[in-house]
Amino acid sequence: MSPQTPPTPAETPLIGDYAESSAALTGARIGVVTFPGTLDDRDAARAVRLAGGTAVALWHADDDLGDVDAVIVPGGFSYGDYLRAGAISRFAPMMTSIAREAQTGTLPVLGICNGFQILTEAHLLPGSMIRNDHLKFRCADQVLRVENTSTAWTSQYTDDELITVVLKNQDGRYVADEETLTRLEEEGRVVFRYVGSNPNGSRNDIAGITNAAGNIVGLMPHPEHAVEAGYGPDDAVGMRAGTDGLTVFTSVISSLTSSGAAL
Amino acid sequence: MSTHETSTAFNLDTVSHASDTPDTELPWAELGLKTDEFDRIVEILGRRPTAAELAMYSVMWSEHCSYKSSKVHLRQFGEKVTEEMEKDLMVGIGENAGVTDLGDGWAVTFKIESHNHPSYVEPYQGAATGIGGIVRDIISMGARPVAVMDPLRFGDIDHPDTARVLPGVVSGIGGYGNSLGLPNIGGEVVFDSVYQQNPLVNALAVGVMRHEDLRLANASGVGNRVVLFGARTGGDGIGGASVLASESFDDTKPSKRPAVQVGDPFSEKVLIECCLELFHAELVEGIQDLGAAGISCATSELASNGEGGMHVELTDVLLRDPSLTPGEILMSESQERMMAVVTPEDAARFEEVLQKWGVEFSWLGEVTDTGRLIIDWDGETIVDVDPRTVAHDGPVYERPHHRPAGQDELQADTFRASPAAQSLPATGEELGAAVVELMASPNMADVSWITDQYDRFVGGNTALSQPDDAGVIRVDESTGLGVGLATDCNDRYAYLDPYAGAQLALAEAYRNVATSGAVPKAVSDCLNFGSPEDPEIMWQFAEAVRGLADGCQQLGIPVTGGNVSLYNQTAGRAIHPTPVVGVLGAFDDVGRRTPSGFERWADGQAVYLLGVTGDELDGSEFARGRGHLGGVPPQVDLAAEKTLGEILINASRDGMIDAAHDLSEGGLAAALVEMSLRFGVGSRTALDGVCERDGVDMFTALFSESQARALVALPRSEEVRFTDMTTARRFPAIRLGVVDAQSGAIEVSGPVEGSGFTLGIDEVRQAWSATIPSRFAG
Amino acid sequence: MPRIVVEVMPKPEILDPQGKAIASALPHLGFDGFSGVRQGRRFELTVEGEVTEGILEQARRAAEDLLSNPVIEDVVDVRVEGDA
Repeated sequence: MSPQTPPTPAETPLIGDYAESSAALTGARIGVVTFPGTLDDRDAARAVRLAGGTAVALWHADDDLGDVDAVIVPGGFSYGDYLRAGAISRFAPMMTSIAREAQTGTLPVLGICNGFQILTEAHLLPGSMIRNDHLKFRCADQVLRVENTSTAWTSQYTDDELITVVLKNQDGRYVADEETLTRLEEEGRVVFRYVGSNPNGSRNDIAGITNAAGNIVGLMPHPEHAVEAGYGPDDAVGMRAGTDGLTVFTSVISSLTSSGAAL
Repeated sequence: MSTHETSTAFNLDTVSHASDTPDTELPWAELGLKTDEFDRIVEILGRRPTAAELAMYSVMWSEHCSYKSSKVHLRQFGEKVTEEMEKDLMVGIGENAGVTDLGDGWAVTFKIESHNHPSYVEPYQGAATGIGGIVRDIISMGARPVAVMDPLRFGDIDHPDTARVLPGVVSGIGGYGNSLGLPNIGGEVVFDSVYQQNPLVNALAVGVMRHEDLRLANASGVGNRVVLFGARTGGDGIGGASVLASESFDDTKPSKRPAVQVGDPFSEKVLIECCLELFHAELVEGIQDLGAAGISCATSELASNGEGGMHVELTDVLLRDPSLTPGEILMSESQERMMAVVTPEDAARFEEVLQKWGVEFSWLGEVTDTGRLIIDWDGETIVDVDPRTVAHDGPVYERPHHRPAGQDELQADTFRASPAAQSLPATGEELGAAVVELMASPNMADVSWITDQYDRFVGGNTALSQPDDAGVIRVDESTGLGVGLATDCNDRYAYLDPYAGAQLALAEAYRNVATSGAVPKAVSDCLNFGSPEDPEIMWQFAEAVRGLADGCQQLGIPVTGGNVSLYNQTAGRAIHPTPVVGVLGAFDDVGRRTPSGFERWADGQAVYLLGVTGDELDGSEFARGRGHLGGVPPQVDLAAEKTLGEILINASRDGMIDAAHDLSEGGLAAALVEMSLRFGVGSRTALDGVCERDGVDMFTALFSESQARALVALPRSEEVRFTDMTTARRFPAIRLGVVDAQSGAIEVSGPVEGSGFTLGIDEVRQAWSATIPSRFAG
Repeated sequence: MPRIVVEVMPKPEILDPQGKAIASALPHLGFDGFSGVRQGRRFELTVEGEVTEGILEQARRAAEDLLSNPVIEDVVDVRVEGDA
């Protein structure tokens, strides 16, 4: 129960009325990859638009990244997650192109949920995701702490900022060997950490990590589902009012703009 | 391309062979046909049917596909209609799913279906394939599926059968639905011993489309090509028809056909995207999903709804199991398959789209105007029928029905007169304890342990979902145009009075949709009953359908489709009549949706009760808690429901109210508590005014389940405008108190000292949220 | 320590979506020598001491009753393996 005075209803934003055509604020072009079985690609594209960028659809079977400035590998159940989550998708021609560009440390890449799983299967990020400790799919509002604000995808958060986004997965339990965990912790590469109870048994409460260069970020929860008031998680302002995830997308657009990549 | 084994594996029964061997004994009885039904097939064909024809007729004339027991009653849904009801109706009953105009060039289609028995046999796969089937119905209308809901009914919460069935059903729904990227936005969870061994697993899907994308299941255009695509055909769903394994019927080849259909959500997701791309590129003339009766249904329905004829080669069907006989191929219910009609000019582009998505397909034949459905096997004709006789001219039964012998006695056994009504809670302390007990009871308890296993966010358009009154989905991002949906049924009411019970189910779904702020537009129903061969059950069915049809007429919203599930009984013990009703409503802007709970910023807002409270405890949740079921259900007043709906919709549209929750099971007590549990925000209310105005005591005010009631919360600045509106409409509204965001408690006072109580929200939440996990978690 | 290996496969006539998805991925990676894939499950039951016929029988029953879903799966093998 928070006794602080919230805004009056009149100031509470109604559900966003964001037209598809909302003009991009910058020239940032962000690719969103679709694999067979991808589910959150349209959500990721909407998040890019709401953040002011231009979403570019990328198809798994193509190998041409075109002129995109950054890439999102979105969530879902690519190939049904039937073998292992991400195990088949990592071999897609588009993933080969993404890996090539990402490993140079320049192309910002964000993997969300299944996208994170694909990035670990592709060895672009260390560790792996296994079945949740409670063995069930769980959908819930989730508080995270942003512990690294120097990545391309988190630069506009403040250090240790608490954000609420959506968690929904079945194989979301992050695991890695001790050595990897120690390295991640020592190098400050844990980007997002679960706050409150650990929802799936992830090692060290890890929700998201980055590579050494800070251009590749993967996380299990879904920032793209917390970008538009009325359709996000509940927050202090009201029902489904949470938009904390939007900063992930404004961060990358801002880093692209300041680095000149998108100009 | 062909995957079939040489026809030496069985003796092919061709049409000419059938003509030459009129006296061959056929296993029509084993296939479920009655003597007169078989005679009629012979009469239609002028000869004995071939094995393949027998397969088609038997499955298409089954209760499940032909609605032979229910048809004469279901007609009322098409007859009891007004002009108002047809205004927005683009496609009515009869197609895969009804279609309603939403405005701005958008249309919406929705339907509920049952997958009861398969979910009892194999809970995970049964529930999963139930979602798969209803979603394909939606796709085949040309729509993009956008959400699902699941009305579920299980046996007693502590029965071992429930422990086996519920977890599987829930993970099956999640496993399949989550993998399709469809938010699950609501439904019901009911526990009652009548559903032991007969759980009800119903599934609703809703889809949206632009008007021009509407597709119908018909094979039009002579010379157009017929294609089967999606999963390969296996022996799924034909276990009961294993007599067809040997088509000569003179020996019994051991047949290993799967008892259970396994769902493949990945294939279905790919099929959805593939179909939508085909629709967008305008590459299909007609389309039909393959569900019950598989290719038999798809070919006969497509042909009879189109030019009237079709010619296909069955050996071109891609098989998962090459040992299938022609009859089995025709009957197979393998999942994730579609059949389409494509012009020869578009065939190459059609193939390109399927190849892009990695979907297998095979061209089976073409549309003709011969008025005959001809099916060949390696060039030899094994089916030659008028497709209408298969798809539409099945048997129709006027099954006898009569009011059950014990019905009068049942209705005379009222709660008030029963031993269960002795020592009712009266003091504040007793009433408070009774409220907590009610909220912790299985049918009132928190279901988030179940619904948190479903994705409610995917798609980014979910504006409301469980536990709000209705699920709300945005359709058009630029305008906020959207839909609200609710499904309801109180089987206890329906058992006491099926006519009123069906109307009460309709009334509650209607009220839920209106409470969210949506204008009710259309109805889909899933009628779950026992055996139609029992005249007392048939009476329940007939009464429920009559009640629903009359109710829809009064409310002015049409039934656009649905499903009938009969024979839900085991060892002579039938389920309660369970006519689940889904109502779909429309929003100009889902931004105006009304949440069901007091929000944190709403401190000090006024809380009003709309409607009148009578002494209506029969069939109530309170009575259930005391083990009583008898009397007559609450009175139906559809005119009041309509006025209440208008008030709630207008108040939402004009921004007068900030929360609203309908009163149903558990009455005012449940509604008041649920509004606080939603966001952990309390209230201070006084019920003396209600008690005095309606002449009821505190107990009745709290637990009566009188209909056409709702609670709303509104800023004080809106009180005058709001009460002016209710007064103008002559609808009772009474101010109960205020929202209290500081106290963390639900404070209720009564007409006399000591009749009130205060419950800590945390205390209630603890009891309310523990019930289901304590049985099923871990 | 000896262990009992239990192998469970989807029944041959039952659709195996897992195997199907893998089968269609293989050729894209150049593995073109396979016409089908079926995916099953393997369990290892560790035994303290000797595997008696009684324990093996328990394993068989556990395989049928718990480890497999008899509606859609077959227990295809229950065998003893020596120390790993």
